[in-house]
Amino acid sequence: MEIEIKLFATLRPYLKGLSREGHLDVPDETTVADIVEILQLPAEQVRLVFVNGRHASREHILNPGDRVGIFPPVGGG
Amino acid sequence: MNKILRIDTKQKGFSYSEPETRLALMGGRALTSRIVMDEVPPTCHPLSADNKIIIAPGLLSGTTAANSGRLSIGAKSPLTGGIKESNAGGLVSQKLARLGIKAIILEDKPEGDDYSLIHITKDGVKFIPADDLVGMTNSEVITTLWERFGEKVGVACIGPAGEQRLTGASIQLADPKGNPGRAAGRGGLGAVMGSKKIKAMVIDDAGCERVKPANKEAFSGVAKKWAKLLTSHPVSGQGLPAFGTAILVNVVNEAGGMPTKNFRTGRFDKAENISGELMAELIEKRGGIIKEGCHPGCVIKCSQAYHDKNGDYLTSGFEYETIWAFGAHCLIDDLDAIAEMDRLCDDIGVDTIDTGVAIGIAMEGGLIEWGDKAGAIDLVNKIRTGDPMGKIIGNGAAFTGQALGVDRIPVVKKQALPAYDPRAVKGVGVTYATTPMGADHTAGYGVCQNILKVGGDVDALKKEGNIDVSKNLQVATAVLDAAGLCIFVAFPVLDSEDGFGMIVDMLNARYGVNLTADDVLAIGINTLETEKAFNRAAGFTKHDDRLPAMFKENLEPHNVTWDFTDEELDSTLNFG
Ligand code: SF4
Repeated sequence: MEIEIKLFATLRPYLKGLSREGHLDVPDETTVADIVEILQLPAEQVRLVFVNGRHASREHILNPGDRVGIFPPVGGG
Repeated sequence: MNKILRIDTKQKGFSYSEPETRLALMGGRALTSRIVMDEVPPTCHPLSADNKIIIAPGLLSGTTAANSGRLSIGAKSPLTGGIKESNAGGLVSQKLARLGIKAIILEDKPEGDDYSLIHITKDGVKFIPADDLVGMTNSEVITTLWERFGEKVGVACIGPAGEQRLTGASIQLADPKGNPGRAAGRGGLGAVMGSKKIKAMVIDDAGCERVKPANKEAFSGVAKKWAKLLTSHPVSGQGLPAFGTAILVNVVNEAGGMPTKNFRTGRFDKAENISGELMAELIEKRGGIIKEGCHPGCVIKCSQAYHDKNGDYLTSGFEYETIWAFGAHCLIDDLDAIAEMDRLCDDIGVDTIDTGVAIGIAMEGGLIEWGDKAGAIDLVNKIRTGDPMGKIIGNGAAFTGQALGVDRIPVVKKQALPAYDPRAVKGVGVTYATTPMGADHTAGYGVCQNILKVGGDVDALKKEGNIDVSKNLQVATAVLDAAGLCIFVAFPVLDSEDGFGMIVDMLNARYGVNLTADDVLAIGINTLETEKAFNRAAGFTKHDDRLPAMFKENLEPHNVTWDFTDEELDSTLNFG
């Protein structure tokens, strides 16, 4: 299945190497944790994960077409 | 730090007095709100001689405590008609603390049209005719005053908007580089200063000593741990310095909570073009500065110097809320155009949030097209010249909406909502509705628990837990505002077991007292109670603690609505 990946701030560089920009082909039942591994994201930099705009845990199982956004620790206000 | 400095703007005189004992452990917002309550008739006209401007450094300002140099300015607000504390960086807070001034009270107003400059040094206060400064932008005022009185003097001043007494007018503060990048922006306090015919105040602490804590050793011990706490937390130690607050463009957009086209949807499809990532890239490419503090002693440094295409300085203190207001809210996706409007607002002296929201309302009302950046810049420019259209925009979002016959006006207590949709970030929505300040994110930043997952994890889209989130944050924020601490210390403090204790310890060592954590929280609660009491006496009721009806509409992408009951909202700041 194909999912949409968005990496932000210091995680941006890890987008390189995706087949088509921002999209990733993964097996069914892929979890957020699997994505972190596939993209080789540094674990301590993965702080906020949104799936379709909702916070998701590492165990969250993805569906086709999901939009996954991953942020390092950031804040403001 | 123990004197109250009263300045009579009518007689052009001044006097010092000892504060009453009950004010001894009040500073910053706790003190400005207390004095406004004690001395300003709640029903007075905000631009009349009865209103007063109170300027107070925080309880920890002037010490070596990191991030403790924030300033509180209070008055009855010409925008909301209620009490106002507007919080700002810059150089004034620490200098007042070193001058031993606990608060300045600007009273009365002169009869004529002649403006003054107030010069405060350790030798006293001078009124200097300021007709030469009238009409100047804030950049010009600060440049002139640094030339005249020396670089690095503290300056608080008003631009053309304050002179016109517009309800969107700010008081701008010189930052450490002499730019007017820091603002007591919200609530129209610049109009109050304009009504008192004060164009600028220069605060010079030459010849003053550093603030000496009562218990020096204990203080420096905690202050060291405190600085370490701030620099070791990933958000305040890495995220904020690297990307500033603009990083939130992508975060809030991803979370579906970025108000777009006057709060019609929660996502802006061009968010990338106004993002913090792009800002950092442009700053680097154009030779700007990625991280700067708004006052000496800030170790987080969320500010920056943003340069234009030619590599020349354009603006600083370029915040997420400003980018949102002129950006997603107006469907403008050009960071340079937004930076130009940020600069114009600082120079003309208007609040960037209320002005940006007003521009979107002007688009709503058909005055200019959605996304018309040239038209937007033109409207902001008109505030400077006194053009009637500029006066409308410069009076803020509520006024602009009324002038243009618009029915979607996102304000609470006439103050414009900031950059988080209350339906999709419910914790901060509760704050918008219930804070005595009018819609204000900084009064209880529920975005922490809702979106950033700092200090807890509470679902942004559901009601559950969000009344408490807002309540607890409003109390904690009132404490930070009393201490003179920047609200971004909340990120590490909320995530650490000892953070709040360190603030208590610093207060105790600074003043040689023995406050408990509960005593310190009581400062926050009392401040909120005082502010509510003032608003009630000014004519506010619980019906003013509501969001406008437009928020009953559904918001995409999460299909959420504003669903708190009146009872729930009324319980928020009920301390029993
Ligand atoms: S973190 Fe930002 S707002 Fe806070 S004191 Fe530093 S520069 Fe000022």
